[in-house]
Amino acid sequence: MEWSVLQQYGPSLLKGFGNTILCWALGTVFGMALGLVIALIQRYAPRWVRWIVQAYIEVIRGTPFLVQLFVLYYGGPLVGLRLDALPAGLLGLTIYGSPYFAEIFRSGFRAVPHGQIEAARGIGMSEADVVRRILLPLGLVSSLPALVNFSIILTKETVILSIITVPELLYQVQRMSAETFRYVEANLVLALFFWGLVETISRVGLRLEARITKHLIERT
Amino acid sequence: MLAASSVEMRKVNKYYGKFQALKDVDLSIPPGKVTCLIGPSGSGKSTLLRCINFLEEYDSGEVRIDGQLIGYDAPNKKMSGRKLREMRRSIGIVFQQFNLWPHMTAKENVAEGLIRVRRMSKADADRRASEALAKVGLADKFASHPSRLSGGQQQRVAIARAIAMEPKLMLFDEPTSALDPELVGEVLSVMRTLADEGMTMVVVTHEMGFAAHVADQVGFMEKGELIDIGSPDRILHRPQDARIQSFLRTYHERNSF
Repeated sequence: MEWSVLQQYGPSLLKGFGNTILCWALGTVFGMALGLVIALIQRYAPRWVRWIVQAYIEVIRGTPFLVQLFVLYYGGPLVGLRLDALPAGLLGLTIYGSPYFAEIFRSGFRAVPHGQIEAARGIGMSEADVVRRILLPLGLVSSLPALVNFSIILTKETVILSIITVPELLYQVQRMSAETFRYVEANLVLALFFWGLVETISRVGLRLEARITKHLIERT
Repeated sequence: MLAASSVEMRKVNKYYGKFQALKDVDLSIPPGKVTCLIGPSGSGKSTLLRCINFLEEYDSGEVRIDGQLIGYDAPNKKMSGRKLREMRRSIGIVFQQFNLWPHMTAKENVAEGLIRVRRMSKADADRRASEALAKVGLADKFASHPSRLSGGQQQRVAIARAIAMEPKLMLFDEPTSALDPELVGEVLSVMRTLADEGMTMVVVTHEMGFAAHVADQVGFMEKGELIDIGSPDRILHRPQDARIQSFLRTYHERNSF
């Protein structure tokens, strides 16, 4: 092992890790937002709209992320969509994550007891208020563990962005390996960074869960 | 004295696929009176009750609240959501499973409808919610979430949530069936108070004592049909129909020791 190379490459590795976190965070937030919209469309939109959205879900879930990125980054310009690597990567992550998030929200909504929705309708609440005040808060709570889980999976999908030259952590690690032949050290650093990130997300997720379910769990 | 609604049901039919849940049900519910519906499970009592506020969509016939058809503008023409919500505002419903919103405190559960539906200010809604909770004997539980309340307390919050909206008609769908026996009394006594105030009430129940002492009329249902309806004394003590006699015999056998 030769750790001295890390002194030289430390800054670029840290920068790469910063980009990884940026891609993960924005990709997760946008993917979740799009997923939520999809889940609501599937619950409320007319049949033909739901059908289109379902087709989108099937296509995105049925193809590898790598292929989607290639199509977006290299195929995009053919239809006038010219994006730099980073925005293309973010858009790709958003699209890739959205159907999984949508499915998580869908099952979260289904976990809201129908009676609680009927109670809201029974006092004359509008459907928009039913969604805003009852379905969303309760559905989100039951979705939370699965949301955290999938956002952890997404951290590791960010490495694929290196293929379209997004300067994230794997991209920097590969550059360091190629220039120094220190493959083991470089990849150990990669593993450690990811482990730290995942561990942090999972702990924050557990805290969040404990906090928002505090009132929902029957104390025995 | 409260403003009280009447309900008229004419030839109401309801199907779940091929299964007919309600068969040509005719039912008159006079204003300010308590109507109890009894009968074996699966007989259509709850379905009938839920047709009154159109949570259950009947397929044919008429359900009129104070003369106004609910759910449809004309046969086969559904009423707009807005109009239906308008009508539901004056109909309170209480469910077997309470159906309180678990992410809100008792007071928030009661205030929610006042704020969202009645467009009251938060301060006014809070005041009204506190009054309603005090009325059902829960003045000390304003800040409790449903998970911290007993079943009987939860059901009383649910009743407060309904009465805070100042309904002219209250529907109770087996309000005590999910409760431990020792908690049934507190809920029934709140219901009795409402009845004494002249609220029109429709109660699906297995509490024969409540039906006998509080109801003005008792209806017996079986297999989607309203077999008979009349005074509690006539239905519960001098039943004419063999099906009612048999139902009550089973009930008495199960409840005697």
